[in-house]
Amino acid sequence: MEEFKQQFYLNFIEDNRWKYITNGLGTTFTVTIFAIILGVVLGFAIALVRSTADKSGSKNLVLRLLDWFCKLYLTVIRGTPAMIQLLIMYYIIFASPNVSKQFVAVLSFGINSAAYVAEIFRSGIMSIDQGQFEAGRSLGFSYAQTMWYIVAPQAFKNVLPALANEFITLLKETSICGYIALTDITHGANTIRSQTYSPMLPLLAAAVIYLIIVSLLTLGVGKLERRLRTDVR
Amino acid sequence: MSDKTVLFEIKDLCKAFGDNLVLDHISTNIHQGEVVVIVGPSGSGKSTFLRSLNLLEEPTGGSICFEGLNITDPKCNINKYRQKIGMVFQHFNLFPHKTILQNMTLAPIKLLKKPREEAEKEALELLKRVGLEEKANAYPSQLSGGQKQRIAIVRSLCMNPDVMLFDEQTSALDPEMVGEVLGVMRDLAAQGMTMVVVTHEMGFAKEVGTRVLFIDEGQIKEENTPDEFFKNPENPRLREFLSKVL
Repeated sequence: MEEFKQQFYLNFIEDNRWKYITNGLGTTFTVTIFAIILGVVLGFAIALVRSTADKSGSKNLVLRLLDWFCKLYLTVIRGTPAMIQLLIMYYIIFASPNVSKQFVAVLSFGINSAAYVAEIFRSGIMSIDQGQFEAGRSLGFSYAQTMWYIVAPQAFKNVLPALANEFITLLKETSICGYIALTDITHGANTIRSQTYSPMLPLLAAAVIYLIIVSLLTLGVGKLERRLRTDVR
Repeated sequence: MSDKTVLFEIKDLCKAFGDNLVLDHISTNIHQGEVVVIVGPSGSGKSTFLRSLNLLEEPTGGSICFEGLNITDPKCNINKYRQKIGMVFQHFNLFPHKTILQNMTLAPIKLLKKPREEAEKEALELLKRVGLEEKANAYPSQLSGGQKQRIAIVRSLCMNPDVMLFDEQTSALDPEMVGEVLGVMRDLAAQGMTMVVVTHEMGFAKEVGTRVLFIDEGQIKEENTPDEFFKNPENPRLREFLSKVL
């Protein structure tokens, strides 16, 4: 017990080392939340293009071109590691010390996540019965209105578990932020370890924090799922 | 009948899926107030014909004019046009994520820009007419098949259509529930609604129909008043068909 106290003091209290963790927590939150937003918006747009092309048999030339571009995007993003993408974004695409590292991380993780979110949304849209489209169209709604008012809300409800899965993965994926010297939880904990030469407490603390965030997220999604349930009997 | 306004003017309507010609030069006129019942064996093209009337199937040849407007013209705004045509499906296709009232008011509010209160008031009146006003805040999953189909009918009526299309509206129902749906349609016909009905309910065709079409191999093989149609069928294929279903 005495040793634990000592270790705790060394790793978190001395020189205000706890600030590495709390600052890192802020970065992890910011990067994750904005990357999720970017990923969902971009992913939804890609899913719309892909599913519209699938449904219409791609007669429209512009649509076919867009669809081809989206497929290329999915192939490249899903076929390369997120860490390489982050490094390329930071060292090659921006290649400037003046650009905000958080911004680079948000952009990189958002673009990465969008590829997965797009396929999740697309599977949701394709799972909705064709009759729903026909009912919407026959009332006079345009394709876009039918998608927005009728199909997308049902698709969203169906893919919520898969979407939560992707958000959890994204949150944990941000632990590679340290590779561009951005202090997130993991990088913060690692910095403490390198100063104190005592790995256990900082790393365990980081692990527990991730676990708590993921648990809260899971709880929230579970609540949302129950709220969206309309097939009550 | 010819003195009444022509709603649909259908000329040489064709629909092909690849090499398969499903509709083969169909021509007919549908007048205001008519209840046209379409019967025929499965795969005859009767559903495809009905679905081309609101362009859920895109015709590959011929033309359809609705109230004088050529709707098969690519320049025609089909969304505007579809608002005037109600459609009832075999599988109801209610929106499961919305309450009954929301199912009914979505299109009037978004498309006709009706104020919510007005749209809800009209929807509730229609619900009362089909005896389902207590279901206004229920979800579709809480209703029986017959109730769902009655809701599907009044959902279309909320748009004040000039004509209603029915695509095998009772085929997915338990026999007990067929009556309640046909009852609603009978009332509609009595109020003068123009209807085009694809169905296997020969009793309904006889009693409510003003004209019966027999479609086979993508063509109208016979059309007549219900009396003559069922008493003196001329086409041999129709005789065979009627002997099986009656």
